[in-house]
Amino acid sequence: MATVHRMIRKATLVAVCGMAMSAVSPSQAQQASEIHLTYSKGQFQPTEVRAPADKPITFRVKNLDAKAMEFESKSLRVEKVVAANSEGIVNVRALKPGRYEFYDDFNEKARGALTVQ
Amino acid sequence: MLAALIIVFREVFEAGLIVGIVLAVTRAVPNRNRWIGGGVLGGVLAACIVAAFTGALSQLFAGMGQELFNAAILAIAVIMLTWHNVWMAHHGRQIAGEMRAMGQAVADGSKPLLALAVVVGVAVLREGSEVALFLYGVAASDGGSAPNLAIGGLIGLALGAGVCLLTYFGLMRIPQRALFTTTTVLITLLAAGMAAQAVAFLERANLLTPLDTVVWDSGWLLSEGSIAGRTLHTLIGYTDQPTQMQLVVYATVLLATFMLMRFTRSQPATRGVATG
Repeated sequence: MATVHRMIRKATLVAVCGMAMSAVSPSQAQQASEIHLTYSKGQFQPTEVRAPADKPITFRVKNLDAKAMEFESKSLRVEKVVAANSEGIVNVRALKPGRYEFYDDFNEKARGALTVQ
Repeated sequence: MLAALIIVFREVFEAGLIVGIVLAVTRAVPNRNRWIGGGVLGGVLAACIVAAFTGALSQLFAGMGQELFNAAILAIAVIMLTWHNVWMAHHGRQIAGEMRAMGQAVADGSKPLLALAVVVGVAVLREGSEVALFLYGVAASDGGSAPNLAIGGLIGLALGAGVCLLTYFGLMRIPQRALFTTTTVLITLLAAGMAAQAVAFLERANLLTPLDTVVWDSGWLLSEGSIAGRTLHTLIGYTDQPTQMQLVVYATVLLATFMLMRFTRSQPATRGVATG
């Protein structure tokens, strides 16, 4: 878990720096915490991720498989097709603490969850 | 096989509802099958193209290409639906009511038919591109389960067509006099719902940030993921966590349609009669 924490912290730092450097509109620069997910052989990696509450979140979902997947979550209100061997970016609004499950809509065996605290 | 069936059916379901409504709306219009069929076919072709270029589409606009694309085609559908309503309010009664002004009706009738064909095409395109991607993935994987999955997908597709027919024949049971009003209300709500969905896509792309606070959460009452929730989502744009902006846009489309229909109806709508 500590490694995940560290990863997220590092990812957040990268995200913040990235946003500071790129000329994005002020609305986009709300310091989203970034979460990296890989999808390969029909499974998410990692399957459990964490993020702080009351802060927008950006998922970066890297699909390493040879077929498309759809990153979906009812509770997060997201739905995004990620083509084979490519990366999808999914924005999520600031969330209340809780557990939010996500899955591949094309493959119900692939599941994971985001814990917001 | 069941999983594939459910995945495909879920996607086709929404398009089936919309095509069913459009068929009911145009029931008295000559040549409507050609237009609606064209819309479906165009939608399927476009869906395959979109599916083939999903990767490239995603990379556009800093990774927000899909969201922008969806918002754009929904906006087109909203405009077409609203325009259809206004047009029908202006001089649709002669066509919907009796067929006496045949020659003029055919010429006039093809205008809203084009709009509705676009709506059908957009509905099929949105849902179809995911079906195409899923089935392509099935075909690409050389596991032994591929034929099974393909059969499941085909059954799902057939069930979606069943939804379309059910919607159509359900609406056909409404007495002719009430049908015009019913379909007008349905189309207006459909348009408002699509506009709210377009807002949701723009919000996800972080392009529309004002008023993005969620107003209520009625997920405990009716989840958007349930069959009833999905049906209402398509028909009236139900969402269990609407944002302020979504509600504002929803109300605006309803109001704008109402005003436009009133405004145009007050003008003498005699063209069809005069030339017919």
